[in-house]
Amino acid sequence: MSIDTETARRVAKLARIKVEEADLPALAQDFNRILGFVEQLNEVDIEGVEPMTSVTPMRLKRRADEVTDGDQQNKVLSNAPDAREGFFAVPKVVE
Amino acid sequence: MSNLNALTIADAREKLRAGEITSVELTEACLKAADAAKALNAVVHPTPEIALEQAKAADARLSSGNAPDMCGIPLGIKDLFCTKGVASQAASGILKGFKPEYESTVTTQLFDAGAVMIGKLNMDEFAMGSSNETSVYGNVINPWRRGNDETALTPGGSSGGSASAVAADLCLAATGTDTGGSIRQPAAFVGITGLKPTYGRVSRWGVVAFASSLDQAGPMAKSVRDCAIMLKAMSGHDPKDSTSAELAVPDFEAMLTGNIKGQTIGIPKEYRMDGMPEEIEDLWAEGRAMLEDAGAKIVDISLPHTKYALPAYYVVAPAEASSNLARYDGVRYGHRAKLSHGDGVTEMYEKTRAEGFGAEVKRRVMIGTYVLSAGFYDAYYNRARRVRALIKKDFEDVFAAGVDAILTPATPSSAFALGQEFDDPVQMYLNDVFTVTVNLAGLPGIAVPAGLDMQGLPLGLQLIGKPWEEGALMNVAQALEDRAGFVSKPSKWW
Repeated sequence: MSIDTETARRVAKLARIKVEEADLPALAQDFNRILGFVEQLNEVDIEGVEPMTSVTPMRLKRRADEVTDGDQQNKVLSNAPDAREGFFAVPKVVE
Repeated sequence: MSNLNALTIADAREKLRAGEITSVELTEACLKAADAAKALNAVVHPTPEIALEQAKAADARLSSGNAPDMCGIPLGIKDLFCTKGVASQAASGILKGFKPEYESTVTTQLFDAGAVMIGKLNMDEFAMGSSNETSVYGNVINPWRRGNDETALTPGGSSGGSASAVAADLCLAATGTDTGGSIRQPAAFVGITGLKPTYGRVSRWGVVAFASSLDQAGPMAKSVRDCAIMLKAMSGHDPKDSTSAELAVPDFEAMLTGNIKGQTIGIPKEYRMDGMPEEIEDLWAEGRAMLEDAGAKIVDISLPHTKYALPAYYVVAPAEASSNLARYDGVRYGHRAKLSHGDGVTEMYEKTRAEGFGAEVKRRVMIGTYVLSAGFYDAYYNRARRVRALIKKDFEDVFAAGVDAILTPATPSSAFALGQEFDDPVQMYLNDVFTVTVNLAGLPGIAVPAGLDMQGLPLGLQLIGKPWEEGALMNVAQALEDRAGFVSKPSKWW
């Protein structure tokens, strides 16, 4: 599978990372190098093998569905690049 | 007393308890050493005020008797750990200015045990790298040099700052994290001991996530014993991490008898790589002889899927990273790009992430996005997870056949020059060829310094143990340490 500039552009878009048009060919080349390395996995016989979901055989813990924390508005917002009136502020979302 | 900063945790503990030294004296010695070592670029956010306050509290606790093992011990903390009120950036521009309102479980436990933080340590950005060259803070320099050659060498990565700081005696030990080898490879490159615990032994809560099914924090220290002491303080069940194991934490240190008579050590033939330097082969053979001398039975074993570990890792880890790093959107913390008139949220995300992430992080996030995207999920991600199951089974099979621990080289070379492998991502990835299998299988692994190469640089051996048996693993490591007798230190040039 070879990645072209168009695919690189699409992946950058999906990842929400702006990549300049001029940088796309080099990015596609990087992808090809890495995915080419990964292609070796096709040599492995994986018939009948389940994909690993958890490396240690343990069931994910569940806890009671109840509020254990809260009332920390100032702390939650303290690192925000733009917080106003107790909210995170972002550019206009709805036209 | 001079050079207090060069003490091991075990020695400092005795002197502190005996009242021969105070934690304030010890801490001041480390702060002074760190201040004089700016050329190494290992400590990126020094915290002298916090350190001295913690040291005073530790001294009070020590004089009242009954202080825990880590009480008064100065540590460096990798920048990946969230520390309350102290910059915690994961060496990334996207977390510039981030000061957590909370403390990671690991640092909480260490501080509760009386440990002292001298500062936050440099690393590869989001722990993605094997040479500490992807950091927003710039490269870390290895305190070791090739004799009189002044070429700057890498301390390895991603815990390069931790490695450099411990090797240069800027602190007694440091926290590291290991996703594909990020504790063991740098430990080997600077001649210290580094342990990656079993997945689930140490809480990941408050540790900036890279690849959640592989990440595990562990100690980087000057001896096996120090790793045992520190691991005990770091370990234990944490309700805030759902993958943290509900298992009692044993007294690892008490298990270090150095007696491994009758134990079976496996030597995996697949770890003999084409083009591996002869010195690494020789060191491996010496390690084998040392364990034999200690009374262990050495057997040749096979881990047939070893070759596929790195390719599987470079699907699984980027996939998890692309998902974990989606949170850096310029809304809740860290950097937000300056927007142009008319820009909406999508532009905000795209510009913020383009400015905030470095090249390697972008590369891995996008690879992860690709392998998880519609149409490729089965071909890449699910295939890699199935291969991962086979890699884990390789280990289960040899342990079931009676092997107690596995001996391998820690790295395929000694520390290389900064810049040497930076332009080729795949070449860089090969650094983790001996360590990455351990993360994929969730096992404990330890790098022990075992000798010097012809250039005078440290080389390490790796031991791999059974799940949850870090104590038994460190006991084998102790037997190796006793026989290797590695005492070399870098000559001070900084």
